[in-house]
Amino acid sequence: MNPVAIGIALLVAVALAMALGVALGWAASRIEPDADSLVERIDALLPQTQCGQCLYPGCRPYAAAIASGEADIDRCPPGGDSTLRALAALLDRAPRPLDPAFGAPKPAQVAWIVEERCIGCALCLPACPVDAIVGASRQMHTVIAAQCTGCELCLPPCPVDCIELRAAPATSLRHHQPRAA
Amino acid sequence: MAARPTFPAGLALDAHKQQACGTPIIELSLPPQVTLALDQGSGYSAEPVVTVGDSVAMGTLVARADHPFASALHSPLAGNVVAIESREAAVEGGRNVCIVIENDGSGRIDDRVRPVATALSLSPEELVHRLRDAGIAGLGGAGFPTATKLNSARASGAQTLVLNGAECEPWICCDDAVMRSAADDVVRGALLLQRAAGAGRCLIAIEDDKPAAIAAVAGAIERQRDAAQRDDALTLAVISAVYPQGAERQLITAVAGIEVPSGSLPAAAGVICQNVATAVAVARWAAYGEPILSRVVTVTGSGVEHPCNVRAPIGTPLSALIAAAGGYRSTPLRLIAGGSMTGRALPSDDVGLTKAMNCVLVATPDDVGSRLGAVEMPCIRCGDCANVCPAGLLPQQLHRAALADAHDAMHELGMRDCIDCGLCDYVCPSQIPLAARFRDARRRLNAAEATAQKAAHARERHELRTRRLQEAATAEQQAFESVRNRARQPDDDPAGGNR
Repeated sequence: MNPVAIGIALLVAVALAMALGVALGWAASRIEPDADSLVERIDALLPQTQCGQCLYPGCRPYAAAIASGEADIDRCPPGGDSTLRALAALLDRAPRPLDPAFGAPKPAQVAWIVEERCIGCALCLPACPVDAIVGASRQMHTVIAAQCTGCELCLPPCPVDCIELRAAPATSLRHHQPRAA
Repeated sequence: MAARPTFPAGLALDAHKQQACGTPIIELSLPPQVTLALDQGSGYSAEPVVTVGDSVAMGTLVARADHPFASALHSPLAGNVVAIESREAAVEGGRNVCIVIENDGSGRIDDRVRPVATALSLSPEELVHRLRDAGIAGLGGAGFPTATKLNSARASGAQTLVLNGAECEPWICCDDAVMRSAADDVVRGALLLQRAAGAGRCLIAIEDDKPAAIAAVAGAIERQRDAAQRDDALTLAVISAVYPQGAERQLITAVAGIEVPSGSLPAAAGVICQNVATAVAVARWAAYGEPILSRVVTVTGSGVEHPCNVRAPIGTPLSALIAAAGGYRSTPLRLIAGGSMTGRALPSDDVGLTKAMNCVLVATPDDVGSRLGAVEMPCIRCGDCANVCPAGLLPQQLHRAALADAHDAMHELGMRDCIDCGLCDYVCPSQIPLAARFRDARRRLNAAEATAQKAAHARERHELRTRRLQEAATAEQQAFESVRNRARQPDDDPAGGNR
């Protein structure tokens, strides 16, 4: 084979590699990595109880912390094992058990205000992360069960311990199926 | 014989219908007590409007339909409400809140039960509204409120009403009996439903294994020609007897030649289906003002003495129906609401008849026993299930996805399009309970979907709250700064300060 031809081919290949390398380097420095979409995808897997058991003020901040590598994926007891496995699959990490330091998983629950004991102090209203408590000062308060995430954040501010947690009402899981007659 | 219209796949099954079909419909007298489940089969409960101790007459509204998928309930007898409590019922899960009414023997009829002489001249909206108040629901087995279906038909401008007289499932023959004994009512009801739906034409579809019903309905159509607005407004469609011919989508494919797309309602494809017994209920409502107070139900199976069809008040304990069929012949293996393919096992014979219950199958080991105690073997990939699947799915693949609980794969393979006909199960040589697995998997899919919806809702509310708090904090900061600036102004202004 002609040595000149081989030389030309080599030169072309080297020039191409250098040009592409420069282009990629420039792109990497100019175009931000898409961190937001990763946060979105992690956030989509979290249970949205907004309970703060992970020590972040809500699910999205925790998602951002996972995305940046600041926090591990084992801090979400309300999501339980299934959320942890989904996160592990998304982030390509080995699944592991939940860290018990952040609490244990519980069945779905909702807050319930015992009206006989409620004094209408309105202290629980600002504590609710999803605005699920209706009430006003010296008026009876109540929890909208459909909105309540069962985060337990309304319990500590209540001065008379009138908030209980009850099992979440079962949702109708039946999907209207076409049937054979 | 020329090939009758049908749908792809499916299977001709042993019908077992002759047992109950030979005798005329037995009219059952009012029982001493009725148990009305608030969920009449659609999966959604009505809201009681009576309390314990109330006296009600025949036809009095006892529960109203707040949810569009629930149907209003009326008392089938005159008497007193003795209990409203959770009891065993013929619904999914086996328990439901029931209104129990004791017969006082007076036979009083509610004032509002009056013939609707002008039914055919009512506007379609008014007609749908009145049918809803009369608690008319699909009597073919789903118990879905007729008014809700008619509304969806009107909203999407459906032009064809298909009256479902296919009755494809083994053992069941109540629709056949209704068509033979009340063919004129079938046609009268069809004309009213057609008007309410705003449909231009109506097809009455009957399987070719019911020659007597076909003849009766054909005669009735001839007699009612004048009432129909157009010559082609009412047509009889004789279709081939293949299971599950009576399933809504399969029936539409057979008679109209169109496939209803996955995920959309038949109304969107321009067709709505109603059962023939529902049409009779509509005709009875027009003739007597009668809400649904009774229905015709097949009582059959090798476990009863004389299989038959019975017209019984809604809420009648099933033990009374079985007594009307001559009682138990032997200890039954299982009591099933519906046929042998899609029926559901009942907790006991104390439960009340519901609007959706078309058959009580008192099954002995001879009837359903072949699969009981069968040992499930691994799938051998024979593909028989895919050959019979009327929805055109791949049950084998679905089964793998269901076992792995792989939600994305199940969606992709069309788990939601499964119509629960049970044919895959029936043909499986490895005796895999496919249909039951799919039902269970769909429940899990629905649960996951409900959780995801709730989470999305909570996320939105949390974001709105966070934004509101931020805005409040910013506003407070600005107010503070403006006050501070005003307070500092005299000192900071050198010209002003020196004067």
